[in-house]
Amino acid sequence: MSLYTPAAAAASARDVVAASLTRRDRDVKGLGLLIALLLAAGATMLVLFVLLGQIVTEAWPVLSNQGTDFLTGTIGSDPSAVGIWPGLYGSIAIGLGVVFVTIPLGVAAAIYLEEYADTRRPLTRLILVNIRNLAGVPAVIYGVLGLIIFVGWLRPLSNGKTVLAAALTMAVLVLPIVIITSMEAIRSVPQGLRDAGYGVGASRWEVTRDHVMPYAAPGILTGVVLSIARALGEAAPLIVVGAITGLLPSTGLRSKFTAVPMLIYNWSGRPDSPAAEIGWSNAAAAAGLVLLVLVLFFNTAAIILRNRFERKRSGP
Amino acid sequence: MLTIEDLRGSPRQRNRERTMRVLFQAAAVTSVAISLLIVFVLVRGTLNYFAAIDWDFGVLSDTGWFSRRERYDVRTIFVGSVVMSAVAMVVAVPFGIGTAIYLAEYAPRRVRNTVKPVIEILAGIPSVVVGFFVLTFVAPEVVNPIFGLAGGAKSMLAAGVGIGILVIPIMAAVSEDALSAVPNSLREASYGCGARKATTVVRVVLPAAISGIVAASIIAMSRAIGETMVATMAAGYDGSGPYNGLSPLNGGLSMTAAMTNAAGGTDAAKGGAPFEVLFFVGLLLFTITFLLNVVGDRFVQRVRQKY
Repeated sequence: MSLYTPAAAAASARDVVAASLTRRDRDVKGLGLLIALLLAAGATMLVLFVLLGQIVTEAWPVLSNQGTDFLTGTIGSDPSAVGIWPGLYGSIAIGLGVVFVTIPLGVAAAIYLEEYADTRRPLTRLILVNIRNLAGVPAVIYGVLGLIIFVGWLRPLSNGKTVLAAALTMAVLVLPIVIITSMEAIRSVPQGLRDAGYGVGASRWEVTRDHVMPYAAPGILTGVVLSIARALGEAAPLIVVGAITGLLPSTGLRSKFTAVPMLIYNWSGRPDSPAAEIGWSNAAAAAGLVLLVLVLFFNTAAIILRNRFERKRSGP
Repeated sequence: MLTIEDLRGSPRQRNRERTMRVLFQAAAVTSVAISLLIVFVLVRGTLNYFAAIDWDFGVLSDTGWFSRRERYDVRTIFVGSVVMSAVAMVVAVPFGIGTAIYLAEYAPRRVRNTVKPVIEILAGIPSVVVGFFVLTFVAPEVVNPIFGLAGGAKSMLAAGVGIGILVIPIMAAVSEDALSAVPNSLREASYGCGARKATTVVRVVLPAAISGIVAASIIAMSRAIGETMVATMAAGYDGSGPYNGLSPLNGGLSMTAAMTNAAGGTDAAKGGAPFEVLFFVGLLLFTITFLLNVVGDRFVQRVRQKY
């Protein structure tokens, strides 16, 4: 008698296949990859939290000691009584300068490139490539440009190494960012809106002003807010343009200036006496915390603006 | 009867159209003017610098960077920049790409929505704050104990790590764009063949996105070379000696730090070669970052064309 029967063979083949399809084997390599990726993403986030923690703990003695006097006080030679008002003044002036120069210039350039220019023309292509490249030029080089153009050639206007020259330099630095984000915002305007405008006889400028701009405005604003954050945080161009790092007797648009990042740079380089409870590194951390709050405020505002803008557009 | 004149609009309106067009075009052309001015300023300053230095034997190649003694060894600052950006890339490439792969391929929507803003916030941290962080934490608490350096020592390694932290976000963002651009049909085809998730990611998605990841690395490299504040604050200003810079554990001088030294010190007031060298180094830096950006841009375009 044979053990082999067709029915038994069919049953065992089915079992084997079923077992191999439902078997839970461990995907060791896959698990390893996932752990490595989680470590990379986790470490990136951890760096941010350690950095924030370090700044806050170093800054705490100064802020608890001085409170708001730290914001309104003037630069001195004692780290436990120092204030950052001259730096804050410089930073605010730079932020305002960026807004006043880049909004008209950057938005106008973006309107030309998206609404008017013929992208097949060599001039337009040159401008587009050029803007992409400008966005990658190191900040310190813009400082050199500002030193020659705004401090040197435009001395009658800027009065030399002043906050006005610095603000113009920063405006040029962030101009490519404003142009690129504005172009993206204008590009996202549905073509139907323009066609409807032209259909009822509006001219190109009228369509741009009344239909394209209102629709693109939140996106453009996002880019401007991001560029303010960038301008507030940059220090390298300020060193080259000639921000001073010592005492600053008076603040004014056409007088010598400093800014918050310059104070951090200068203070973190000063030696601390081990006996002192509050040293220059604490003062630098406190100034760093103020700068972080400013920059993160603008960055978060930009992220929220963008998300709201996208949700509204993709909604019903 | 309707004539062509009726359709043209009033002369006033046509004038306004022309004015607006010219204004917008002028604004766009300004960006080209800025580029030309940058090149003009750097080239003119470089020529002044070449005129100001004494062309004795080895002024540009003799041991080390001593502006006051008119010794400008280009190798010193070039090696300094290369070493620091190499360290930065060692930090930024694995963490940036790892974060990008996790976000693009693995992360559930909720995790993604919290991790992405964190990366964006990290991208917004000013470099001077990272410089402070390197001086007070990365160097004394991490790098120096591990590598047996003195407590307050400054090294290119610590500065490079700081620069790496600064370029992780751009590395992650550009890589993630490249990964997200890979069409889902590729992943589905891979799963259809019975491949696992990890196999699909490593053998199918990564190769398809490789030019975008190369682009991310090149752009990050360009940023790292142009990064100024961390290199100025934490690398130790050391330009004494030709290849002193080669070991990351030593202090070193980057091209960017040489620029801030030339512009920020008393040299700026006195003028002459120790100040004019600012333009020469600036031109070098501009050329290097420009070439890297152009190459990186090529790779980005290639991704766009493919999908």
